[in-house]
Amino acid sequence: MKFLSARRRNPFVAALLLVGALGAVGVTFSVVSNIQPAQASLGTQTQVEEGKKLYLEGCSSCHGIDAQGATNGPTLLGVGAAAVHFQVSTGRMPLAAPGAQATAKEAIYNEEEVAAMSAYISSLAPGPAIPTSEELDYESADIAAGGVLFRINCAQCHQAAGQGGALTQGKYAPNLMQSTPQEIYEAMVSGPQSMPVFSNDTLPIKDKQAVTAYIMALQEAPSPGGLSLGRIGPVAEGLFMWVVVFAAFIGAAVWIGIKAR
Amino acid sequence: MSELAPGAGKNEDLDSNGHPTAPAKLGYSPVAEIPHQLRVTDTDPKAARRAERQVAAMFILSMVFIMLSLVAYVMIDKYTVVYIPVLGVVGASNVALGFTFGIAVLLIGAGAIQWAKKLMPDVEVVQERHDLVSEKEDDNLALANYERGKDESGFARYKIIRRTLLGAMALFPIPMVVVLRDLWVTPPGENPTEILSTTMWAKGIRIVSDGTYLPVRPEDLPVGGLVSALPEGLLEVQKEEHNLNARGKAAIILVRMDPDQIRSQQGEGWDYNGILAYSKICTHVGCPIALYEQRTHHLLCPCHQSTFDLADSGAVIFGPAARNMPQLPISVDAEGYLVATQDFAVPVGPSFWERERA
Repeated sequence: MKFLSARRRNPFVAALLLVGALGAVGVTFSVVSNIQPAQASLGTQTQVEEGKKLYLEGCSSCHGIDAQGATNGPTLLGVGAAAVHFQVSTGRMPLAAPGAQATAKEAIYNEEEVAAMSAYISSLAPGPAIPTSEELDYESADIAAGGVLFRINCAQCHQAAGQGGALTQGKYAPNLMQSTPQEIYEAMVSGPQSMPVFSNDTLPIKDKQAVTAYIMALQEAPSPGGLSLGRIGPVAEGLFMWVVVFAAFIGAAVWIGIKAR
Repeated sequence: MSELAPGAGKNEDLDSNGHPTAPAKLGYSPVAEIPHQLRVTDTDPKAARRAERQVAAMFILSMVFIMLSLVAYVMIDKYTVVYIPVLGVVGASNVALGFTFGIAVLLIGAGAIQWAKKLMPDVEVVQERHDLVSEKEDDNLALANYERGKDESGFARYKIIRRTLLGAMALFPIPMVVVLRDLWVTPPGENPTEILSTTMWAKGIRIVSDGTYLPVRPEDLPVGGLVSALPEGLLEVQKEEHNLNARGKAAIILVRMDPDQIRSQQGEGWDYNGILAYSKICTHVGCPIALYEQRTHHLLCPCHQSTFDLADSGAVIFGPAARNMPQLPISVDAEGYLVATQDFAVPVGPSFWERERA
């Protein structure tokens, strides 16, 4: 103690004490600030902050600093978590290049980051939420009723067997053979790009489950006779007949006609 | 009329199997100056025996595939599916039966052709053909027959019979054209033009969504939303009429857009807070269309690519359609459900002769 008391008036002591005090405050703050969000329900506050960070880095150049929209991108106010999850988890956003329509590709952000961005966007203005597992459960849904609804509401663009099709000026309705129930639900409630919105009021959740069950049945359905030719119907089948089968017939006729060596 | 070329059927030099070894006169071509090429099987008995074995092997293989086909029928459950590269997930039984039976038939055919090409006599044959011009006597005979018929029937002599026959022949197809009118079965006392020009829609008829047949409230439909819809009570009419004519005329789509984005409509205030109702039937040749792009407000017909701008009175902006998509004026009733305020102002669907321009 003699050592300390002898040097307490040393000019370095004040500086040392200041550094120590700052360090203590810093450690305390970081501990406390780590505890607080954990107490807030489900950590949404961190998610929102994390999502905002990701948004400012990856999205704000087109959609604006406050998601209010800009010349290059629409406003995201009110699009809801469902739209963010659909666009980002399928890799449609961020956009690879400007074009007729955003195409699905390898997702850039992982599930946690997508959840954070969804939390941030839905914190700005309310919109369709990410569906719960009960809302997505199509196990007991009526596949035949789903088929009727699919043909009335979806088949005009996505084709009766969900193979997708062309729209105007390079836009297209995508193939649904890889779509998950969550993506199908989110697309219906959020209306991505050219697709109209099918809200839970005009197409109740029960009917959405039926449509999902029909699409899942299409995805799982085997092709009993063999080559399905993309399930796009008589045009593809006719083309196959004219090009491949007739070519085989002509080849056979030529072989029959050639003189043996 | 056929005549075998010299050399055919005169293969005297046969080997132990009865095959021609080196036919003496083969090599003569009566048709042109193309020298006859002998086949390997004509000159080399080993090659001939090899060809014989090939053909027999094909027939034996065909038998094997038939047996496999029967085995596949018995062994493979008809609901089993398998993954086969290129084909994808397919019904195992169908593919196995088709493949084995198809190959068996193909092998019979291929064997028969191989037999004919390699082992059967290979000689050029000329078939004589008579002249295409008929003989002078035949010509004269036909002409005489015609003249005699003309005289005996008196077709030239009985002027009145000839003319009345021509008149009768000219008139008899007319009913076939007239009955085409009945392709649209018109109930007595009704006018087909009027039937084509009116639909089930009338003041106060509720709009129900197709598929669920539930009435639609304006707040159900978000901006960017789309509903394929019908008039309430359509199912009863359909049941009564035993056809889909009422549905074919009355089908509509409801879309909602930001009211600021509506540039024009077919009538003042025909929307309800940005909700617009348009016919679902293309004005070109009547395909039902609901390929609605919510951002551009374009409605595309998949049949011939006619494109309508629903934010601008349903105007045609591309394709063969000649008329705007007819708009249905709508409002809400006392209970808050969407209703029509009148029938379409112009006939829906493709044009017809009696239709006035609009």
